[in-house]
Amino acid sequence: MEKFTSHTGTALPLRRSNVDTDQIIPAVYLKRVTRSGFEDGLFAAWRNDPEFVANKPEYQGVSVLVAGPDFGTGSSREHAVWALMDYGFKVVLSSRFADIFRGNSGKAGLLSVPVEQDVIEQLWDLIEADPTTQVTVDLEAKTVTAGDLVAPFEIDDYTRYRLLNGLDDIGITLGNEADIAAYEATRPSFKPVTQ
Amino acid sequence: MGKTLSEKVWDEHVVRSAEGEPDLLYIDLHLLHEVTSPQAFDGLRIAGRQVRRPDLTLATEDHNVPTLDWDKPIADPVSKTQVDTLRKNAAEFGVRLHPLGDIEQGIVHVVGPQLGLTQPGMTIVCGDSHTSTHGAFGAIAFGIGTSEVEHVLATQTLMQAKPKTMAVTVNGQLQPGVTAKDLILYLITQTGTGGGQGYIVEYRGEAIEALSMESRMTICNMSIEWGAKAGLIAPDETTFAYIEGKPEAPKGADWDAAVAHWKTLVTDADATFDKEIVIDAADVTPFVTWGTNPGQGAPLGANVPTPSDFEDEQDRIAAEKALEYMGLEAGQPLRSVKVDTVFVGSCTNGRIEDLRLAADIIKGHKVAEGTRLLVVPGSVRVRNQAMEEGLDKVFIEAGAEWRGAGCSMCLGMNPDTLKPQERSASTSNRNFEGRQGKGGRTHLVSIPVAAATAVKGTLASPADLV
Repeated sequence: MEKFTSHTGTALPLRRSNVDTDQIIPAVYLKRVTRSGFEDGLFAAWRNDPEFVANKPEYQGVSVLVAGPDFGTGSSREHAVWALMDYGFKVVLSSRFADIFRGNSGKAGLLSVPVEQDVIEQLWDLIEADPTTQVTVDLEAKTVTAGDLVAPFEIDDYTRYRLLNGLDDIGITLGNEADIAAYEATRPSFKPVTQ
Repeated sequence: MGKTLSEKVWDEHVVRSAEGEPDLLYIDLHLLHEVTSPQAFDGLRIAGRQVRRPDLTLATEDHNVPTLDWDKPIADPVSKTQVDTLRKNAAEFGVRLHPLGDIEQGIVHVVGPQLGLTQPGMTIVCGDSHTSTHGAFGAIAFGIGTSEVEHVLATQTLMQAKPKTMAVTVNGQLQPGVTAKDLILYLITQTGTGGGQGYIVEYRGEAIEALSMESRMTICNMSIEWGAKAGLIAPDETTFAYIEGKPEAPKGADWDAAVAHWKTLVTDADATFDKEIVIDAADVTPFVTWGTNPGQGAPLGANVPTPSDFEDEQDRIAAEKALEYMGLEAGQPLRSVKVDTVFVGSCTNGRIEDLRLAADIIKGHKVAEGTRLLVVPGSVRVRNQAMEEGLDKVFIEAGAEWRGAGCSMCLGMNPDTLKPQERSASTSNRNFEGRQGKGGRTHLVSIPVAAATAVKGTLASPADLV
């Protein structure tokens, strides 16, 4: 995974709540067995509409998504994170994320940043007034900056540490293999096995 | 101080715990299907890793599989590739697979319980958010993404921060004709789609204890729809009786040891939850959704809401967008909504009790002109059981389509989809835009409402058929 310290880019104001993972990428786009190329499925239904915000010329090349509350609800599909990343997003801001989406984004290297809804509203206003507004998300300082707006955000220390260092979870866990083996030796015999 | 049920199960699975780090949690059962696993197996191959515990892993094919002509090669080449990839990966890594055509094939969350692999006190994960279904047995069960699937394959563990605890207590008894599905839809409307976020929820109280295992699965299945990490129910005699004798259930002395342990899996009297919600079962009536998320629901007897009645601005905007997408008028009685397709099935409502209940209501009636009824059993075993009981004949005589087992129209990854603007009453779990097919309009309903709607052609309950 790539290290994430700070990112600055233009942003897409998505004035919608409850953007579920079926909206982020519909199921028909999940049939690939590879891990890239999912950008064509991102917001697929909405992108048919020329008025959809992501289709507007002023929002091309964006890398920060500013979304309404309850982002990433529903299906556990990590393809939703991959689609956002393949499209070019590095960061998603929302006042509330679904747990699985947030977990997936941390694993894949997309930064999901929870900020208060009033910060989201201010960002929407700023970006819509000037789509070239640069939004900076600094993981070291735990702040979001745009124009005069500086807002702190919370992220658990462990996820932050992993993202800052670009660490691979499996490698970390395998470092504790002795603990796993010791635990396995204590599992009761009545626990089921599949073979 | 005592512990809650979920704390007991959690603590029993902690492999390693360190200050400032998530717990390393051991996983008792890892379920796989074709959609969220290919990239995980690829990751193992690239790193030269093996599946640590193939004997705690089980795969089946469900999301993509056709419910017609399942004995022929899968027609959609992309779906076929995904299914073939799972077969290759299962063979290469030594994972037990129940493929299309196998007696144990079906929706992964129907297969685990019917095999007896789902047991109290376990940790169960799958690359599918409806893994919460297995919580009905007193297990901690939750959906994970593909990176985590790879992590479990390689290590049989997951790094997880311990969630907060919540109790949902349902006092009293559900009224006749009101089901577990109505109860969970009612609850989600109260809490919103984010109300359970960060919590493992224990459903308890008289109304929950009175439910069958299959109804408990319906409740726990939809925990994710209000954002909960997992939902679970304390195991009791109903649970033990359901598991006993299943193919993979403990036998002999193991059974006695297992039951003795399972009986300890209750929330202690002096334990406290971080949050509690109390519901009176008598308040729950047949419940349906009108919008595009599971929290946008109302009693069947109500009218489509008026967006300006919502106090919260985001709720108001969401309601406006939902009514436009759904093609509904504010104030229109829900019972006046005409339905094109009724879908009976899914991991929410695709088990044998669901099919029995649907058949019982449909029997002696015909599916309404201009409406189609699709009945999709959750697994091959459920399908066979239904046929032994003659339920297939009831459905076919009524004019329904009797299909093969799989996820089917719940998410439309196979050919079972809605057309643009086609409207469904669906016993599944998500009414998201385009979930059942691009432009499709979904109303989430219970089995009785689905069956009655198929007969009436408009949203209805069995009482409307008399």
